[in-house]
Amino acid sequence: MIRKVVYSIFLAIIVLSLVLFFAAFPFGKNKMTVGKYYIDHGVQQTGAANIVTSVVLDYRGFDTLGEVSVLFAAAAGVGVLLHMIGERRERKVKVPPNFVVRVGSRIVFPFILLFGVYIFVHGHLTPGGGFQGGSIIASGFLLLYLAYPNYKLKRGGLAAIEGLAGLTFVTLGLYGLLTPKVSFLYNFLPMGVFNTLVSAGILPIIYVAIGFKVASEFAGIIDDMICDVMCRGGEK
Amino acid sequence: MIYVAWVLIIFMIALSILAIELKNLIAAVVAMGAVSLIISVLFLLLQAPDVAMAEASIGAALTMIIYVIGVRQTERREE
Repeated sequence: MIRKVVYSIFLAIIVLSLVLFFAAFPFGKNKMTVGKYYIDHGVQQTGAANIVTSVVLDYRGFDTLGEVSVLFAAAAGVGVLLHMIGERRERKVKVPPNFVVRVGSRIVFPFILLFGVYIFVHGHLTPGGGFQGGSIIASGFLLLYLAYPNYKLKRGGLAAIEGLAGLTFVTLGLYGLLTPKVSFLYNFLPMGVFNTLVSAGILPIIYVAIGFKVASEFAGIIDDMICDVMCRGGEK
Repeated sequence: MIYVAWVLIIFMIALSILAIELKNLIAAVVAMGAVSLIISVLFLLLQAPDVAMAEASIGAALTMIIYVIGVRQTERREE
């Protein structure tokens, strides 16, 4: 009985404080001033036609570096966890993929690759960017894994691409510390002509690096999941 | 436009309930992928194409295949 009274008192305190907390916010009005600042000044300051990109790579570039690191840690975790289970075996499929899947994937794959590359190269002009383009490219490799049972990516090449792309991002960021305006990821290249492919300084270079990095990481995860998981204990 | 969004949201809720309730786990995974696809269309209607692309490629394609591999390694039907 006493316990219930204590519980209800605590519950009342929590509800009251939450209500008071949320009542302090104005409802239905624009609370953020920083968003308006980005919309007003983003184009002149960064030179990117896509304001989302100017926020993601320029104003909040350091957060993006953290995001890429988190993705790298996740991919590495999947790899380590699956390699601990045991040795790899040949991949066996119960029903081989039929003719339409094999030929269709061979026709569609280059276009998926081209679309992904287009999305991350034009990340500062049109919607999209490194993360979206990279995951589209990885889904193209997924199609190849589904269509050809003995298809295998070279993991050494993937690791090299991933490392080089990450190194490019960090080196560009560190070079900003050497410029007169000492700040990490400072946009030191000229802005160029607005709304053309070569504009916005270092933003397109960083997005290409992120695209390669994300694509190789996701392709590595797919390779780990399909080859390691399906090969072990596949005789169920 | 707002009616399209309402129809999509009702579909999304129905598919989410299906994803929890279906006993065939592959069908449940497909329902979950369809939820992701509808969310990406909703993001597009809310004028956030960047997020819509990320949701369509990661949520509807890559996450779904990882779940399918997981279901294939365990039981296909839920008791």
